[in-house]
Amino acid sequence: MLGLQDKWVVLVYILCAASASLCVIYGFFAWNKGDDSVKPEDVKW
Amino acid sequence: MLAQAQTVGIGTIIAVLAYLLLVVWLGWLGYSRTKNAADYLVGGRQTHPFIMALSYGATFISTSAIVGFGGVAGLFGMSVLWLTFLNIFVGIFIAFVFLGGPARRIGHRLDAHTFPELLGRRYQSKFIQVFVGIVIFLFMPLYAAAVLIGGSEFISTQFGVDYNAALLIFSVITAAYVIMGGLKGVMYTDALQGSIMFIGMMILLIWAYVKIGGVVAGHQALTDMASLVPGKLREIGHQGWTAMPLFGWGDKKFDLWWTVITTISMGVGIGVLAQPQLVVRFMTVKSKRELNRAVPIGGVFILAMTGVAFTVGALSNAYFNKYGSEFSGRIVKTLNQEKGQAVLQIMKKDDAGKWADIMGKDGKPAMAPITITETTSETAAVDQQTVPIVKGRSISIVYAGGNLSQIIPMYVTTAMPKWFGVIFLLTLLSAAMSTLSSQFHTIGTGIGRDIYEQVRPNHGGTVAITRMAIVVGIIIAVLWSYFFRESPIIIARATAIFFGLCASAFLPAFIGGLFFKRMTKAAAICSIVVGFLATGFWLLLVKAQEAGDIGIVQKITDGKNSILAGYPNWPSVDPIVVALPISIIVAVVVSIVTKAPDKEHIDKCFGEK
Repeated sequence: MLGLQDKWVVLVYILCAASASLCVIYGFFAWNKGDDSVKPEDVKW
Repeated sequence: MLAQAQTVGIGTIIAVLAYLLLVVWLGWLGYSRTKNAADYLVGGRQTHPFIMALSYGATFISTSAIVGFGGVAGLFGMSVLWLTFLNIFVGIFIAFVFLGGPARRIGHRLDAHTFPELLGRRYQSKFIQVFVGIVIFLFMPLYAAAVLIGGSEFISTQFGVDYNAALLIFSVITAAYVIMGGLKGVMYTDALQGSIMFIGMMILLIWAYVKIGGVVAGHQALTDMASLVPGKLREIGHQGWTAMPLFGWGDKKFDLWWTVITTISMGVGIGVLAQPQLVVRFMTVKSKRELNRAVPIGGVFILAMTGVAFTVGALSNAYFNKYGSEFSGRIVKTLNQEKGQAVLQIMKKDDAGKWADIMGKDGKPAMAPITITETTSETAAVDQQTVPIVKGRSISIVYAGGNLSQIIPMYVTTAMPKWFGVIFLLTLLSAAMSTLSSQFHTIGTGIGRDIYEQVRPNHGGTVAITRMAIVVGIIIAVLWSYFFRESPIIIARATAIFFGLCASAFLPAFIGGLFFKRMTKAAAICSIVVGFLATGFWLLLVKAQEAGDIGIVQKITDGKNSILAGYPNWPSVDPIVVALPISIIVAVVVSIVTKAPDKEHIDKCFGEK
């Protein structure tokens, strides 16, 4: 498959592309989420 | 010096000067926007996600990743792509999505400005902050020296300047914007350098696949070369450039698998999670939202860096085997009759017009695995027999003269158009400077903030101390660059050694501190010290390549490179495989048997108060 000799190399080739895609998809869905900035009163101590 | 520099072409000089002017301007911009120590140490905690992501990626990827590990892929093949997968999935996705948020939040709540300070304040332990600072102070200069040596040798060969002059120029330019601009200066320049690296590597990838006939055709050409794997590599399990090494335990033929998976992939792939200069990036943004926005940029950037370097490194074999210059000689062994692959004794005509064997640098006959391109009508007399002279093309490591780190530069010089040479020059300069600047900054904060300020509480200003400490750190790194230049194994593996050491010593305490409220100060101290000592023991006495280069093991084993030299595979196993599990077990056991941390402090860390 893909001209590669070994199924483990095929797997890692696909995993590299898939993990980068996962990062892009995650960023797309989480773009406006997670505003947990620390307020000044949290660090008064 | 200038006269020699002109041989590289006026276009190249203009491009490099323009690049350096931009770097200096961005360094000045960082300086002008640095108003207090928080700006200097953690970029004011307001960094834009684009800058943060590129800075993280550019810091992570040095010339060692592109040229060093790219060369490793040229020799070992695509199996090293497991490191790329770990770089993206662990180094970006896991790090940003799961560790970045808590590290940023706890770091901000505890007003921590460095990685050692984050650990020290989380566990209320000055010892941890100082000890981690000392580890950084002692070992990060080795990692910095590897980048410095790589960058200086590259500048030296490209511009025809003396190595020592290149080392000085390289150090001074990088030091100037780190000392003045602090982390803001470092991150602004990182963003520029990361952008240049991305463009350079994408051009390299597309060109490499086009040149070799496309993705599948290129891979197939590489697959068809499996018979050309040199005998010494075949003995340790190399099965071809598009195959994994042979897997198993208890025999020398499994050594390569353990090297590729444990040292190359796991050492760096897992070690990234506890890199002081990378963790501090999480503390430079305002909220988790900025980290979320940095994830896609980081993921694509790392794929474009190590993914491209490793793929092109492996594919360079197919390129050279198709387009490289031809070797002439006689066949000494047929490897694959059907594909016309054989081992060639390289020969050349002597002054009398007779064909004679060429000897290698080691005095042995120079041989190369080749694909035969032509059987000439000429013959040579060998052992009273007449043998035909054949021509053929070989594999990357042969064209690189046996030097791994020459494979990628050699490929760029021969396979890529001339204009790309300038872009690649800037790509490597950017890769070296972006990593080095963060190393200088981290060494400086380690010495200044984490050691000096802790042992001398009535200190002066943080920034002034850190600036002085950065100068000290740079001097140490430069000295190590002179000292270790003649130890190629240590320098080539400095990146993997430092990443593995950080994983084994710091990772359990770091993850425990972020997620486990029951993790105690005693557990963190024991885990850090045991992880550090276990890594040191393994590197000095067991791991054959490093131990052999350091030399202590030879004095206690009558010249052997490992105390486990008689046991196959053990000397190829990376310290992380042994030291990290021990460090984790120590952290868990000591946490169970020691008193739970103060509830008020835990509430402070995790924001329940």
